[in-house]
Amino acid sequence: MVYAPPVDTYCIEQTIKHFKSWVKFMAAEGEVITSSDYILHHLQNMTYGRLPIKDVDGNVTGTVWKFAETYEEAANMGFMAIHVDSMLWSIGLGAIFCFFFWRVAKKASSGVPSGFVNFAEMVVEFVDNTTKDTFFHKSRLVAPMALTIFVWVFLMNLMDLVAVDWIPMLAAKISGNPNLFFKIVPTTDPNVALGIAVAVFFLMVVYSIINKGLLGYAKELTCHPFEPSFKGIGIVFAPLLMVINLTLETVALFAKPFSLGLRLFGNMYAGEIIFILIALMYGAGLLLGTFAGVLQWAWAVFHVLIITLQAFVFMILSIVYMDMAFQVAEEH
Amino acid sequence: MGLALISVALMIGLGALGTAIGFAILGGKLLDGIARQPELGATLMGRMFLIAGLLDAVPMIGVGIAMYILFVVAPTLA
Repeated sequence: MVYAPPVDTYCIEQTIKHFKSWVKFMAAEGEVITSSDYILHHLQNMTYGRLPIKDVDGNVTGTVWKFAETYEEAANMGFMAIHVDSMLWSIGLGAIFCFFFWRVAKKASSGVPSGFVNFAEMVVEFVDNTTKDTFFHKSRLVAPMALTIFVWVFLMNLMDLVAVDWIPMLAAKISGNPNLFFKIVPTTDPNVALGIAVAVFFLMVVYSIINKGLLGYAKELTCHPFEPSFKGIGIVFAPLLMVINLTLETVALFAKPFSLGLRLFGNMYAGEIIFILIALMYGAGLLLGTFAGVLQWAWAVFHVLIITLQAFVFMILSIVYMDMAFQVAEEH
Repeated sequence: MGLALISVALMIGLGALGTAIGFAILGGKLLDGIARQPELGATLMGRMFLIAGLLDAVPMIGVGIAMYILFVVAPTLA
């Protein structure tokens, strides 16, 4: 099956020419790309992993390391396969962010800033004020962590505003493989969103243990919200209460990274699917193509709010979780 | 596949219902707060957007899973 992208709407002749050449291409191949093929193609990451080779009876005869070429191959690679496009884009965007802010840091002076230095100082000041409003302890880690999370997640989400087909088409042309799977928004990959959330969770647990001590943290997990009494007759119920507390607190503890990561993933995945669905209309003629262009613009304007808001919410929640990790309960 | 489509509809619909009621209450409280203290208008609106982002989470997770079922799982069931 050969994948051919639908039209773009630069100008009318381009549209008609592309549509005609697309239809000719399809007729020559004798195959039809259905709309669900288009959608599935855009939802599949570039997966590199170990694929078990099956012979006709279904017995596994060996394994081979390769890029997945179909959805079934990607599924058969299992869990330990890497989404190369997500890694490339997330690490690349992080490197771009670090490079630009490093250059700003070298140029920073006490005079009035201008240009990109001004913009970077605005962002840093915004994150600094937000951290001061939410985090009430001393730490050298939290504000830089908040800045990293905010700018990095915002940059990754920003890739969603680039038209769905352009960069994947370019990548397919460069690599020479017309069926190339290439997703440019890393945060639509649940691995990336949950990865950042798990990193924040890890920091939260480590700093809880550092600040409260292992025993103190265990006490916090087992003695809230129902206080077991260790004096008198109440000691009979203490183990039961501690088990109940531990269950409730563990659920609340694990809900934090899950909700953090899945919130970001769900918002971005739903937004991207709507972009893809509207992009489907481009192949359906000129009138619907123009209508689709208007719809894409409208959804993209709304999506700008979602992108910024989700990065902001991720940052604020990370700061709040770190604040909870630094809170040492006073003895009553 | 029919059941998959009905489940998608239920997920998206019920999620939207809860979120709509939640946002409406949130917006109403914002208007009350601004009416009471107009000088806090910008702060309250900033906080409102923060809570809106949090409110979005569970329905969006539902919509994400529903889209996955609709476009990836349902065609394989058909």
